[in-house]
Amino acid sequence: MIEAIAVLTQTLAFVALAPGLTGFIRWMKARLQGRRGAPVWQPYVELRKLFAKERVVSKTASWVFRAAPFVVFGTSVAVASLVPLVFVPTAYDRIGDLFAVVYLLLLGTFFLALAGLDTGSPFGGMGASREMTVVALTEPTVALSIFALALTAQSTNLGDIIRQTVAEPVRALGTGHLLAFTALFIVTLAETGRLPIDNPSTHLELTMIHEAMVLEYSGPYLALVEWAAALKLLIFFVIAANLFLPWGVAFGWSPARLILAFLLIVLKVGMLAVLVAVLETRVAKLRLFRVPELLSASFVMALLAVLSTFLLR
Amino acid sequence: MMAGSVALPLMLGGYVGGACLALVAPSSRAARYITALGAIVGSVAALAVAARVLVTAQPLVLTVPNVLAAAGGLVLSVDPLGAFFLAVVALGSLPAAIYGVSYTAAYEGRSSLQFFGLMFNVFLLGMSVVACAGNIFTFVLAWELMSLASYFLVMTEADVVETREAGLWYIAMTQFSLVTLLPMFLLLAPGAERTAFADLRVGAAHLTPQLRGIVFLLAVVGFGSKAGVVPLHVWLPRAHPAAPSHVSALMSGVMIKLGIYGVIRVAFDLMNGGPPWWGGLLLVVGSVSALLGVLYALMEHDLKRLLAYHSVENIGIIIIGLGAGAILHSYGLQTLATIGFAAALYHTLNHACFKGLLFLAAGNVVHRTHTRNMEEMGGLIKQMPQTALLFLIGSAAIAALPPLNGFASEWMVFQALLAGTSIPRPEVALGFPVAVGMLALASGLAAACFVKAFGISFLAMPRSAHAADAREAPASMRVAAWMLAGACILLGVGASVVVPALYRVLESVGGLVVDPQLAPAPGLWIEAPRALGHLSPVLIAALLASIVLVTVVTVHRVHRRPLRLSDTWGCGRIAQTPRMEYTASAFAEPLRRVFAELYRPTQDLTVSVHPDSPHFVQSITFTSEVRPWFEEVLYDPIVRAGRLIGVGVRRLQTGSVHLYLVYVVAALMAALASVWWWP
Repeated sequence: MIEAIAVLTQTLAFVALAPGLTGFIRWMKARLQGRRGAPVWQPYVELRKLFAKERVVSKTASWVFRAAPFVVFGTSVAVASLVPLVFVPTAYDRIGDLFAVVYLLLLGTFFLALAGLDTGSPFGGMGASREMTVVALTEPTVALSIFALALTAQSTNLGDIIRQTVAEPVRALGTGHLLAFTALFIVTLAETGRLPIDNPSTHLELTMIHEAMVLEYSGPYLALVEWAAALKLLIFFVIAANLFLPWGVAFGWSPARLILAFLLIVLKVGMLAVLVAVLETRVAKLRLFRVPELLSASFVMALLAVLSTFLLR
Repeated sequence: MMAGSVALPLMLGGYVGGACLALVAPSSRAARYITALGAIVGSVAALAVAARVLVTAQPLVLTVPNVLAAAGGLVLSVDPLGAFFLAVVALGSLPAAIYGVSYTAAYEGRSSLQFFGLMFNVFLLGMSVVACAGNIFTFVLAWELMSLASYFLVMTEADVVETREAGLWYIAMTQFSLVTLLPMFLLLAPGAERTAFADLRVGAAHLTPQLRGIVFLLAVVGFGSKAGVVPLHVWLPRAHPAAPSHVSALMSGVMIKLGIYGVIRVAFDLMNGGPPWWGGLLLVVGSVSALLGVLYALMEHDLKRLLAYHSVENIGIIIIGLGAGAILHSYGLQTLATIGFAAALYHTLNHACFKGLLFLAAGNVVHRTHTRNMEEMGGLIKQMPQTALLFLIGSAAIAALPPLNGFASEWMVFQALLAGTSIPRPEVALGFPVAVGMLALASGLAAACFVKAFGISFLAMPRSAHAADAREAPASMRVAAWMLAGACILLGVGASVVVPALYRVLESVGGLVVDPQLAPAPGLWIEAPRALGHLSPVLIAALLASIVLVTVVTVHRVHRRPLRLSDTWGCGRIAQTPRMEYTASAFAEPLRRVFAELYRPTQDLTVSVHPDSPHFVQSITFTSEVRPWFEEVLYDPIVRAGRLIGVGVRRLQTGSVHLYLVYVVAALMAALASVWWWP
């Protein structure tokens, strides 16, 4: 019972913090580029504004278009509940493993891509086509990174991996872990539509992946889609932070440990956010057909991660 | 006991009765109903047989020794493995039979529905008996019944040139499969009088390792060409679109699975498994089939051919599971091997459901729009809402999206591959991560492909008058598809009940040792042994449903403003037309560029300009084609050689009766001479 309440609280915290991360990256980027930038809580204000606005839906769209934001948001929240933010649940952890996380996120993307095609606009179709291409090409890297993690822990469940990494830090800090982390970081950039794969701050011709796909959304639908996107970013960051550097994650219920875990995860995610902000200020967007090269590089890294974990264990 | 002994003859009686009575039916309309009735009786009885054998785990035997006693007579012996495949057959044939009643109405007056009814029931009979066969004679007889009947079913629309070509490819490949299977059985049989499978098991034990290897290779080639593994898959994308849709559903969903049955029966039941290279071969063949199947599906704009290529992909996934199981089995890791085999069986069952569903839903579309070309569809979700929902469920299942059944079985395959790292030989174990990568890529591409298939066919605006005028399909066709959609959902959500049942099926396979701890009381979780991973599809489904429900309710509470309908935003253009929509070719374009080395597309761009000025373009024609180059490399020489031999042989056939009499006499002399030579 106490675990159920704890998981619920953790998930709500996840959902509540997600827009803050987006806001922080935007603010950080602005500071790095010499601008003052909007405050960190700007995304919350935008969400509130969008929830109050009218829903405008294309005449050609069907129920798929109206259902998709709920599916995307639902899958993101479901995934958030499976990812340990500050503590590791024991019984709840067995509901879904990393493969479930990946395929739940794919379910959301699947519906969003369908919604992109549903309005009949060439922007939506183009975005859907490109998004599915990028997602399909990241799948092998994700699967192999999971494989590399599971090799050391002998489990694909997130809680087990964290427990195992904490128990045997030397093995976990090997080359394999580092390579898998790098591979997964590139995947994070691709899956969440960041530079150099996609540009999250424009809608039109220059980027044309994620933002083109969701171009037709307005009002609360857009709010749900944007919130889900922010949540996905936080999910990937927390996976990267807590599976590769799990120290600090709480296994029990002592308040001191939980507070420490919370502070540490804010620190870890904050460092990743600064890394992304620096990266986005330093690199330019890749041409669309150069993206597969980057993704295959990340695949090779993941494969090497598996090999080195395997040979060095 | 009684139920079983009645059900097996009832199953045969249903199919045979349906076949014979359909042939003598007074009208096409009567033939349609009789065909369906016979098939429904047969498949319900088949389900009863399968259920009884699976529950009691006792084999059910029926022998008719008088039929061709020299060959061993007809022997039906249903053990749990056979019963599992019998259930797969029946699960596909029941909806297909119901579906056929309305679907075949379109053929009235075009082709004989009496003959169709005969062949349809013979086809179902053949498939069911293959799963039940207890000796070589029965197996080969049923195998040929199944192959020939399905050939005639493919040829239903024989007035179309494409269909006749497809039929030729199909019959050639299916006879090739028989040619490899006969020597395989000959090698296995210990003596001419001992052809029961129990005898083959004894015979296999006495074979040398080299001969066992040859038997295995013959089985992979023979059964593999029926299952449609690359490069023996060439008949699938040709024959499946040509056949009537419910026949495609049966061929793609059920018949090709009997190839998998053959491999399991021969390699792991009769021969008890073999050295690691057996599993290695299966793993390679499976990975290549999975990836190439989906890559060619992506380039396909014929809805049914796209589904046919996806069958190649899914057969590949099943064989990856088998291969992983086989390698682990040969290293003595019995418990882990069971995950691989169970994953293969699970995906077999699941693919039968979602591929059957997709073909039936595609059949609805073809029935109403009279085209298979996706570029002429669009907007069907408004005219055919139920068909659209059915196709969406099928798409999500085949793209392995939770909480449907495709996800649960692919998860099992991943777990089996993960288990491969327990193999003590690193050079062998390193094959497993590569297979993981290929499987993950295939499943990601499958998701992209089904966004294309559903999005282009069913969403946005109609791209042709056919699509704009389409109506919802007749009720019987929808009911049949809903049965399979229900199965997709139940098999996905109920994974934790299905998987222990599959472990029990595997207990009946001779060469496998199933850890009794593996089949615990069905709970909420699927557990891979040694705690590799845990998953609870039912809880994921509940979690997802409750979160979506809470979100919907909350948003509608907070937001009370009405919905406003408006035009799609289009940068200021006046009106939106279907020509502005993204096409299927455009959707697949980025992936075609990424995999250009494989596809080697041919492109032809012609721009015609105004005679006075090159700046006024009058028309642009762009054609592009992707042809599987390895098919040309592999099959063209064979086809050319076949034609050359055919031309040579033609000289013997002059049409002169005298010459034929000479042949008869010569043959007689030769026969007598040979008897004299070898007494």
